[in-house]
Amino acid sequence: MSAAFLNTLEVMANGLMAGVLYALVALGFVLIYKASGIFNYAQGVMALFAALTLVGIMEGQVPFSHLINAVLGTDVHHFGWHLPALVGIVLTIAIMVLFAWFVQQVIFKHLVGQEPIILFMATIGLAYFMEGFGDMMWGSDIKTLNVGLPQGGSFAIEDITRTWAAEGERYYGMYIDNLDMIATMVAAVLVGALVLFSQYTKQGRAMRAVADDHQAALSVGINLNFIWVLVWSLAGFVALVAGIMWGAKSGVQFSLSLIALKALPVLMLGGFTSIPGAIVGGLIIGVGEKLFEFWIGPLVGGATENWFAYVLALLFLVFRPQGLFGEKIIERV
Amino acid sequence: MLYREAGDYKTSYVDDGQSFPIKFDRIGFYAVLLVAFAVIPFLINSYWVNAIFLPFLIYAIAAIGLNILVGYAGQVSLGTGGFMAVGAYACYKFMTGIDIWIDGVQYALPPINIFFSVILAGFVTAFVGVLFGLPSLRIKGFYLAVATLAAQFFLVWLFNKWEWAYNYSASGQINAPERGVFGIPVTGPATEAWATYLFCLVFVVILAFIARNLTRGSVGRKWMAIRDMDIAAEIIGVNPLRAKLTAFAVSSFYVGIAGALFFSVYLGAVEVGEAFGIQKSFLVLFMVIIGGLGSIFGSFAGAAFLVLLPVLLKNVLVGGLGWPTDLAAHLEFMIVGALIVTFLILEPHGLAQLWRVIKEKLRLWPFPH
Repeated sequence: MSAAFLNTLEVMANGLMAGVLYALVALGFVLIYKASGIFNYAQGVMALFAALTLVGIMEGQVPFSHLINAVLGTDVHHFGWHLPALVGIVLTIAIMVLFAWFVQQVIFKHLVGQEPIILFMATIGLAYFMEGFGDMMWGSDIKTLNVGLPQGGSFAIEDITRTWAAEGERYYGMYIDNLDMIATMVAAVLVGALVLFSQYTKQGRAMRAVADDHQAALSVGINLNFIWVLVWSLAGFVALVAGIMWGAKSGVQFSLSLIALKALPVLMLGGFTSIPGAIVGGLIIGVGEKLFEFWIGPLVGGATENWFAYVLALLFLVFRPQGLFGEKIIERV
Repeated sequence: MLYREAGDYKTSYVDDGQSFPIKFDRIGFYAVLLVAFAVIPFLINSYWVNAIFLPFLIYAIAAIGLNILVGYAGQVSLGTGGFMAVGAYACYKFMTGIDIWIDGVQYALPPINIFFSVILAGFVTAFVGVLFGLPSLRIKGFYLAVATLAAQFFLVWLFNKWEWAYNYSASGQINAPERGVFGIPVTGPATEAWATYLFCLVFVVILAFIARNLTRGSVGRKWMAIRDMDIAAEIIGVNPLRAKLTAFAVSSFYVGIAGALFFSVYLGAVEVGEAFGIQKSFLVLFMVIIGGLGSIFGSFAGAAFLVLLPVLLKNVLVGGLGWPTDLAAHLEFMIVGALIVTFLILEPHGLAQLWRVIKEKLRLWPFPH
């Protein structure tokens, strides 16, 4: 095989992995949108908040230490313990569940029946609030997240692919991030678990019933409030997974919350209401933007990844307004 | 007692169709105009102008523009920042003289007066807005909102990479040269506070007047018909293509003018990703929502609220309590977010709805019912 072809393959492989990470974020959106019709802009900030909390708990940071020091004039910053990753993750999940309950009780309980745009705005308000809250709680400096995931490229793959090149080609093998491969596996497991949960457990079925029809679900005795808290908790859990993956990759920092924006075109492409859509959309966007940057990017000055996904989704939607797997939009007068 | 229609007899159709049918409103409106034009320019200094009045006036224009699109025509847009960037860069090119390169030779138009530069920038933005509005014929609701993000990211990227747009400057920034109207500078480093204020105020008053009358007229009714249900509107004879595209054009025209003023008069130097990023789109959308969808007054109220709030918080927290600035910034995020959510819960129709309720009460006062 020629080196150029192998390079293209490498770009595609990396695109697929990036797509999985986009899909992870998009999954959280789909969960909430299906069950409550809320388009949750705060999903990215939730990922950031979850990752911040995880780092904070593992490192034994004192929450709000900056605020406490400013008001009381003390100098506290760490409890002085280091917890193992697993304990940290469990505690963070507990906090995300608490957060889900809080969001449902304080905000969305009062907004039932409002127009979608109002709900959307409320989640943007929530995103603003959490951004400030997370920074105030754990400080706004960039943190490294170390939960024992391997870093760097995979030597095995590099060695294998080196032999693929044709004789005489200068080719040094593919660079594939170990972390990306683990993220792919985790995403696959997560999606499988979510599908099993929603198909075979009582709560999962209740969740789907609520997604189909609120009133009908209410009338057969499903507790809407509980289901919504459950959905927000699940979204919080997905956000934590996404936060761990992205945080381990590029540090826990503000830009983590912007991955929500990356997940939007994925959603559009796949359809807002479809879990497989989120995965397939993520893969298409990931591969598409990497290939575009690889082929066309150098001609127009690079950094096309910023907008390519949106333009692709836009063009796609012109031909299929409900996305790949979205429910068909039927309009009646 | 004062605030009612009774006793204010209209004797002609022109009287009957005026913007403010209630005398009290009319007098109040003229009083506000008088204060804005004849009193404030003598009182303000550059701190007040730069911290409060200029951002308020410019954001008010942007909010009116977005309100036309979102509030009247029902097409949610998150591309405001990108369209403001188009206005800013177009204004810059018109101010410095548009140049064309043919075979390595530069042919340049003479620079255009800043007043007309701003207006022409509006027209350029209107054209770009129509272009990005075309998909709205097929895409609706949230899908459209996300689709307009394409405009946001693509345009910001474009102005980062397209050297012609920033006259090949090494820093990639655009800087407003000194330009003036009637010999008084309104852009550049040596401006008087009152001159920049009046320059923006003139735009605000004219544009608000046009917007108010557009939305009351047949164009506005078509927009609202499309917003309420586009299929039904089509059946009663509204052309959805025309209505949606005019909404995008008018809205982008306003947003473009706001962007041009934001760059040339307010900031003076602009780096596109920083000044016109996605945050700007959300900020203007917040103004529209908090102010009230489908209300020109609401656009002003929302702009005033979101311009004043950070200034107020900063003064209280950093100036009053002596907190570190980063802590104050975090708290500001929390408070803005919490306020937005509170507002949506208590009054989803915004400040304009509060004002309507107050007016209803005033009509009846002093009787309870």
